[in-house]
Amino acid sequence: MKKELPNDRRKFILSMARGVGLSAMGALIWSAYVDEVKAAPLILRPPGALDEPDFLKTCIKCGLCVEACPYDTLILAQPGDNNPIGTPFFVPRDVPCYMCDDIPCVPVCPTGALVQDSVTSEIEGELTWDITKMDMGLAVVDAESCIAFWGIQCDACYRACPLMDVAISLQYDKNERTGKHAFLKPVVHADACTGCGLCERACVTKKAAIYVLPNEVALGEVGDHYIKGWDKADEARLKDAKGETTVTDRSNRSAVDSLNDAEDLY
Amino acid sequence: MRKIRYLLMRRFTQIGILILYFGANAYGWTILQGNLSASLLFETVPLADPFALLQMLFAGAVLATDVIVGALIMALFYAVIGGRAFCSWVCPINMVTDLANWLRRKLGISDVQKRVYMSRNVRYWVMVMALLLSAAMGLAAFELISPIAMAHRGIAFGMGFGVGALVIIFLFDLFVHENAWCGYVCPLGGFYSILGKFSLFRVKHDAEACTLCMKCKEVCPEKEVLFMIGKNSGSVLMGACTNCARCIEVCDDDALDFSIRSQLEKTIEQTKEKA
Repeated sequence: MKKELPNDRRKFILSMARGVGLSAMGALIWSAYVDEVKAAPLILRPPGALDEPDFLKTCIKCGLCVEACPYDTLILAQPGDNNPIGTPFFVPRDVPCYMCDDIPCVPVCPTGALVQDSVTSEIEGELTWDITKMDMGLAVVDAESCIAFWGIQCDACYRACPLMDVAISLQYDKNERTGKHAFLKPVVHADACTGCGLCERACVTKKAAIYVLPNEVALGEVGDHYIKGWDKADEARLKDAKGETTVTDRSNRSAVDSLNDAEDLY
Repeated sequence: MRKIRYLLMRRFTQIGILILYFGANAYGWTILQGNLSASLLFETVPLADPFALLQMLFAGAVLATDVIVGALIMALFYAVIGGRAFCSWVCPINMVTDLANWLRRKLGISDVQKRVYMSRNVRYWVMVMALLLSAAMGLAAFELISPIAMAHRGIAFGMGFGVGALVIIFLFDLFVHENAWCGYVCPLGGFYSILGKFSLFRVKHDAEACTLCMKCKEVCPEKEVLFMIGKNSGSVLMGACTNCARCIEVCDDDALDFSIRSQLEKTIEQTKEKA
């Protein structure tokens, strides 16, 4: 019996170590894979979707929104699509979002990954669907391949836009090359664009010269250093503005001392 | 027919549910919409996978009531009635692994193969890991790799490379270990084993009628649950039993059958004893 005791203990410790080791191995492989597949920066989500990290948390991948979509716009990501498996998205160049008045894809969501409040407005005291509030992405124009920027008349995207003159307007510029014609350049207004992709679908070039990108990709961010002093609403940002100070060797002395000190010059 | 009556019923529910899901997406049927992660029954009753919900809660999701109600309905059903019946009556992977294990028996692979030791408890570890990883990564970790979800979602909404996952499971069960996926690894099976531990719908053994042919143990995918065969009468009470009824079908002596009452009686007795 005396001989068996350390053996048992050794066995126990070894089997524990084996369990821990195998778990760690499994967890590492698993988390590496999950981390890899959840990164899809160019994916376009259905109307009313939460921010991407919250959406990934909340979507249960049931496909009820896909079934509710009357135009087969929404599809569920399949293994091999290089998108987070099972989550709904759309490819506007294939099938854009036709911006239904009653937005059938949103209320069927059982988990709240598609938020009703984000696509409803109170009109005359009554909550009403308001598809123009939707913000799935932003249309971006590639001026190099857009033939309207060459001087050829084309307003396909402008006319396809469900918010014509609000989300896309035409800017008239003089065509200096011919001297007598006008450019009719499409300009997208980020605050109004819903990201529906009807413009991308309508674009006449081989590969669309106007295309929808997720807001996080398409938009920059000004930060606290610049504020529109002429805009009351923008000026309100000053309240929460955070300063940033860099500290170097030079900051040890006051600015005036530093400027008056001519020692280095001689 | 008698020998495969439950098998036919199981295939009927498994395939029937998948057909309803497929029809909902392809033809707009409104009997059962969605997929096994979450669905809508007759456009009114929400249903949801309680294990997926648990992962989402661990991930820190703020969820709408629909999915919570749906998950509670399913959890209650399996906890009170079905036990681990999801695995053999609903899960589409069951058909893949049944095929692999049938082929395994026909080819006699278990006879030539050196036994690889694997613990039945692996699935509980995988289950715990799924929850911990969900918390750490901020999304339902098992749902992103689940071959079960790939299968039922794939049938309703398009399979893609999901076929690969099914082939992996098939080969895994055929060549690596008997019942490897469903009986050892699958965290959803582990989850339902725990959830359905006290359900009323149980297989009951009658030791008096048993002739010790041991066919039931041969065919059972969770052999440990049949430890009482030929020794003493009683219900199969281990949560791992999937209520697949293969043991009932294979038994020539009517020593096994489904029973709700025996379980009920036992609970009544226990409460009396306590009183």
